[in-house]
Amino acid sequence: MGGSVPLDHVLILAGLLFSLGLFGVLVRRNILFVLMSIEAMMNSAGLAFVASGSRWAEADGQVMFVFVLSLAGAEASVGLALVLQIYKRFATLDTDAASAMRG
Amino acid sequence: MSLLPLVVLLPLLGFIVLAFARGRLPERVAATIGVGSVGLSAGLIVLLGISNFDGIAAGGAFTQSLGVWFRVGTLEADFSLTLDGLSLTLMAVVTGIGFLIHLFAAWYMRGDDGYTRFFAYMNLFVASMSCLVLAGNLPLLYVGWEGVGLASYLLIGFWYRDPANCDAARKAFVVTRIGDTALAIGLFVLFRDLGTLDIAQAMTNAPLVWTSASPAATLAAFLVLGGAVGKSAQLPLQTWLADAMAGPTPVSALIHAATMVTAGVYLIARTHVLFDLAPLARDAVAVVGAATLLIAGFSALAQNDIKRILAYSTMSQIGYMFLALGVGAWSAAIFHLVTHAFFKALLFLAAGAVILACHHEQNIYAMGGLRRRLPLAFASFVVGGSALAALPLITAGFYSKDEILWQVYAGGHGAMFAAGIFGAMLTALYTFRLIVVVFFGPAKIDAHQSRGFAYALPLYVLMALSLVGGALHLPLAALLPAGPGAHEDPRSVGVAVVSGAISIGGAVLAVMLFGGDRRWLGALSRSPLGSVVGRFWREGCGFDDLYQRIFVAPFATLARRNRNDVIDALVLSVPRLLTALHQQAIRSQTGQVRWYATSIAVGAVLIIAVAALS
Repeated sequence: MGGSVPLDHVLILAGLLFSLGLFGVLVRRNILFVLMSIEAMMNSAGLAFVASGSRWAEADGQVMFVFVLSLAGAEASVGLALVLQIYKRFATLDTDAASAMRG
Repeated sequence: MSLLPLVVLLPLLGFIVLAFARGRLPERVAATIGVGSVGLSAGLIVLLGISNFDGIAAGGAFTQSLGVWFRVGTLEADFSLTLDGLSLTLMAVVTGIGFLIHLFAAWYMRGDDGYTRFFAYMNLFVASMSCLVLAGNLPLLYVGWEGVGLASYLLIGFWYRDPANCDAARKAFVVTRIGDTALAIGLFVLFRDLGTLDIAQAMTNAPLVWTSASPAATLAAFLVLGGAVGKSAQLPLQTWLADAMAGPTPVSALIHAATMVTAGVYLIARTHVLFDLAPLARDAVAVVGAATLLIAGFSALAQNDIKRILAYSTMSQIGYMFLALGVGAWSAAIFHLVTHAFFKALLFLAAGAVILACHHEQNIYAMGGLRRRLPLAFASFVVGGSALAALPLITAGFYSKDEILWQVYAGGHGAMFAAGIFGAMLTALYTFRLIVVVFFGPAKIDAHQSRGFAYALPLYVLMALSLVGGALHLPLAALLPAGPGAHEDPRSVGVAVVSGAISIGGAVLAVMLFGGDRRWLGALSRSPLGSVVGRFWREGCGFDDLYQRIFVAPFATLARRNRNDVIDALVLSVPRLLTALHQQAIRSQTGQVRWYATSIAVGAVLIIAVAALS
């Protein structure tokens, strides 16, 4: 385990990734980019789990990562189905176009 | 005595049958039911009176309970009816005079759209009045009291298509309601202190519980007086009676002259023990009576409507009864009540005949010279008017009014006696003014003649009663205490001579003033002072105007101001605030996914920050 990357660095990297993903979700209007940003956020969480599991030599971190991966897969399939529906209905990928729930 | 309840139930049954017939009965059937039920009641009263006369004259009372009405704590009220000298006298008047007036009405109202409805209301009135008079306890009396008020309201507004009649009915109802409320509060006071509302029991308890002139007794007596004043159209609640003449004339005869308006006199006589305990209230009764008899007498002098003259005369005569009650001459008041019922019913029925003959003309100056066309009405007016004016020796009114004046004099009430004597002069003056103007002079109107059994019989009977009614001996001596003049023997004839001379003088003065061409009377009424006084009297001495200013107008203003309901505005501020908050909350619902995501992120940061920092 010598010469390994310190946990702090990995967590900072994960935080940066998460922030970038969140920032992308909040500012992008193209729904494809929003989905990609969500993937980035999930993977940052997965990175944090793996690093933590490695730090305490526990299998839980990797188990959680597998779980996050499957979650991301499910999310992507539902999300892409929604993308197709939105594109069919509004003929655009702009999320602000789907604002019928306003008020 | 098991027949007693039928006296109340027969007219009630008549009312129910006629009310549910809803005008589908032919006139003859409706009249038979309406007149017959009251006639049977009258027959029953005569039967009961004769068969029990000795016991009743000795001061006995027959009470019959028809079962429990309600029991709440110590408050007990039954459907109990009491027949004693006082209630027998009143019942004889109510059902006897009532029967004659119903009979006359069967003739008077023929051809009217609401013939059945009319008799339904009249029967309701007789049932309520019988309930009032026979009631053995005060709650049951109050039921009758309200029942006659309702019947009066319905009958004043009988011709409801004319809004003026409805206004008159509403006015009568609202003004008497003021008195009724006072009476209800009076009953509460009586129950609080005496512990019972049974009339006989309460009158036995009153002297034991209250000392003379104690505040509670005075309060209770004044509240009862308030009820009596409202129902009997005395000062200050007298304004409704003149307008109540909007009803059909038999109604005016029965309700607003002979019976209902004398209910106040009956109530005070019935609770005389209470008034003996409260000298202040008793004096107030006398003052109210004296003031009303003068004010109403002046007002009657200036009226041109034949029925309004008689209405003001009724107030004035009830003023005499109140005066008698106030000086403690209880049986003199009841005596005058009875004779007044005779001659005032006669006058009203005759007035009805005149009005019908003159095609519903009521202005006396539009009539004139009617004595040849309407001899029976003329005779009725002469007899009834003489009794009203108390012409000496030959009329019933003289004996009863002289009794009152004598008692007032013997009681040492100088000012009241003067008012009574002056009122007697006024009475003779306005009565003979009416007779002279309507029946003498040139004929101004083409009156058609009236005939018929139902028309003539009541007038003949009432004429006879108005003449010989003074010889009646009412079974009251053992029931009501003797008046202040009872112990003075021999009785002074001076009062009788003075009152007789005054009434003859008034009659002669009226003939001089209103007979012939009325030249100097016209000059008098055209003079500045005369016209002002005349207008003041014609408007009932300004009471309507006064009440309009101090009660009606401020209330109407208040109602107009409060059109949007101040309390509602307060309550509605709560939903208005919630709606405003809701509008703010709606603005956060943008429908944009990015906005929601931002909210989630900010919320998550806040929660984690709180969790991390605490």
